[in-house]
Amino acid sequence: MELLSGADMIARFLKDEGVERIYGYPGGAALHIYDALFRQDSVQHILVRHEQAATHAADGYARASGKPGVVLVTSGPGATNAVTGIATAYMDSIPMVVLCGQVASHLIGEDAFQETDIVGVTRPVVKHSFSIRHPSQIPEVLKKAFYLAATGRPGPVVVDIPKDMTAPTERYEYVYPKKVKIRSYNPVTRGHSGQIKKAVDMMLKARRPVFYTGGGIVTGRASEALTDLVRRLGFPITTTLMGIGGYPQGDRQSLGWLGMHGSFEANMAMHHADLIVAIGARFDDRVTNNTSKFCPTAKIVHVDIDPSSISKTVRADVPIVGAAGSVIDEMISLIQGREASNAESLGEWWKSIEGWRSEREGKLYEPSKPGEALKPQEVIEAVYRATRGEAFVTTDVGQHQMFAAQYYKFAKPNRFITSGGLGTMGFGFPAAMGVKLSYPQDDVVCFTGEGSFQMMMQELSTCKQFDVGVKIVNLNNQSLGMVRQWQDLNYKSRHAHSYMESLPDFTKLIEAYGFTAIKVKTHDELAPALERAFADTNELVFLDIYVDPFEHVYPMQVPLGSMRDMLLSKTERT
Amino acid sequence: MRHIISILLENEPGALSRVVGLFSQRNFNIETLNVAPTEDPSLSRLTVTTVGDDRVIEQITKHLNKLIDVVKLVDLTEGNHIERELMLVKVKALGAARDEVKRTADIFRAQVVDVTPSVYTVQITGDAGKLDAFVQAMAPIGILEVARTGVSGIARGDKLLTL
Ligand SMILES: Cc1ncc(C[n+]2csc(CCOP(=O)(O)OP(=O)(O)O)c2C)c(N)n1
Ligand SMILES: [Mg+2]
Repeated sequence: MELLSGADMIARFLKDEGVERIYGYPGGAALHIYDALFRQDSVQHILVRHEQAATHAADGYARASGKPGVVLVTSGPGATNAVTGIATAYMDSIPMVVLCGQVASHLIGEDAFQETDIVGVTRPVVKHSFSIRHPSQIPEVLKKAFYLAATGRPGPVVVDIPKDMTAPTERYEYVYPKKVKIRSYNPVTRGHSGQIKKAVDMMLKARRPVFYTGGGIVTGRASEALTDLVRRLGFPITTTLMGIGGYPQGDRQSLGWLGMHGSFEANMAMHHADLIVAIGARFDDRVTNNTSKFCPTAKIVHVDIDPSSISKTVRADVPIVGAAGSVIDEMISLIQGREASNAESLGEWWKSIEGWRSEREGKLYEPSKPGEALKPQEVIEAVYRATRGEAFVTTDVGQHQMFAAQYYKFAKPNRFITSGGLGTMGFGFPAAMGVKLSYPQDDVVCFTGEGSFQMMMQELSTCKQFDVGVKIVNLNNQSLGMVRQWQDLNYKSRHAHSYMESLPDFTKLIEAYGFTAIKVKTHDELAPALERAFADTNELVFLDIYVDPFEHVYPMQVPLGSMRDMLLSKTERT
Repeated sequence: MRHIISILLENEPGALSRVVGLFSQRNFNIETLNVAPTEDPSLSRLTVTTVGDDRVIEQITKHLNKLIDVVKLVDLTEGNHIERELMLVKVKALGAARDEVKRTADIFRAQVVDVTPSVYTVQITGDAGKLDAFVQAMAPIGILEVARTGVSGIARGDKLLTL
């Protein structure tokens, strides 16, 4: 029997759970835990420069690896600084465990120094949370936290740890709990066979079917099964922003992603479909546009592991609660050996889709000519080529995010890492750090904007300390571009606080941390800069790329319209 | 339509706030809320009455079920059920009104459970409609204070809400 203090139990548990790295920032209430971390060397602690960055870094790691990211922060301001990152993970169903120091039990409720009811503050943005009431509960509670974070529909779990629970003088028996049971939590995996059969019957008869798949394919590790199913049926497929890479984007059957800034052909196909097979997607308002005009002729099959996502915004005709992978496998086995009666109508359907495709081909944007300022879109395309499409890509939020999603084509899941649900500026750079630390052999590119980057740029210091070689591509349009775009479209170009009139010289800033930075102002400077930037995978390089500040992201769905109501450029609309 | 949802909830600190928080967070409405431990000390039983169309009620039950602390729930209004609420009412009882209060209480099978020279405290149980009717009947006489427990309920017959 082994007797350990609460703090040592936490360090030991993390090791036994197979956690290699955690992200955090120390403070009074967490100091016993930090001392325990100091006295071991199985778990690496990455000291960030702001707790929000710890959550984004853990989140980036979780999105790339599928395993829970782990964060350690102190009470009060440490914990409240982490809230944005917790909410970001929650909205995108990312597994994360956040350990928060708390003031000692006898002080709780007394407005003690650095006391915040963090369980209360985070309640609407966690999958679940725990407060430790006795040190002996630590192993079991932590096991439950990891189990909840990573299973079913994943999400962040907060564990609140009063300082006296980790006191070095109090020791209790430690046994690593290999398994835990939570009586009220039994996530469904297999879907209802009758419903799946019904769905397959509809799929084999559909005349204008579309797959619409989301992050559930990525978190559910179902992309191979999905690819198999989609290829067998020969249907077109569109993914959500979160589902990017769930099906290879270069493939002929892929229509790219859908929604507000989705591809023309994806949105058109959705609008005209007679059957939508939604898997691991949640009919979010950035996808559906006006739900009352959404896909007027379509029947809807909706597969999701979370029953509350089904028929939440759009009524499903065939709801199927289950894990994406298991349901898809069952669909495949039902399809095998059966004749589809819809080959002819599918051919017609593809003709329409190819028509939409060619309608917009080559008209998406006007590339720059030698000597001119660069277009943001072509920068993404150039980075795509420079990295052979194989990099991990993180983004911040704004126009650059949409361009990155549109012009970098992902062949694999877990490679496009973006804050889709919450849209958190500041996410990209720390998320890239979290990916790079776990995937040192890979190129990790953060597409950011000068607005977003300034929200988390203190992490340059973390990169210096831990030698994190991410590539930062700053699409510098000298403005909060996405805000400006909305102001152009909806407020007669009154640019209220959407431009950055006092930008720093980013190259000098980066150099102050001892890193390489390259300023790119014209078309001709891009290629050599990229060559330099990607010469060494493990070197942090910052590319400050000046791009056309007047560019807009298109297509753009018209507010309150249907899926097919889109602005296609500054002068064209559907 | 009005629904009565009964929930078996882990008897854990913070569990109740998750349920209540869910209603405000998702803009669902709570008409009444009633909660107390059950014969199993690890479980509380919580009953809410809420109003919404089928789509909203479906979302409410799904989101409640998703809470880790919710062990089991039932929408009692989907079947035959018994609905009860207890109310304590203080009524002005002076002069002729004193008899009037007693008579009305008798008609409703309510009991006077406390008496002062000027006030009767009346206890009544029943479904929400009966309690509302009693309040209406007493109002002209002079209601001083009302305390209602909120609705509690249970299915009729062999149907059980247990683990
Ligand atoms: C934390 C946060 N605050 C505000 C916003 C609203 N917002 C969305 S995009 C955007 C502009 C982002 O500017 P920049 O990072 O320069 O990207 P650009 O659109 O110019 O490419 C803003 C302010 C947000 N998404 N996140
Ligand atoms: Mg910008």
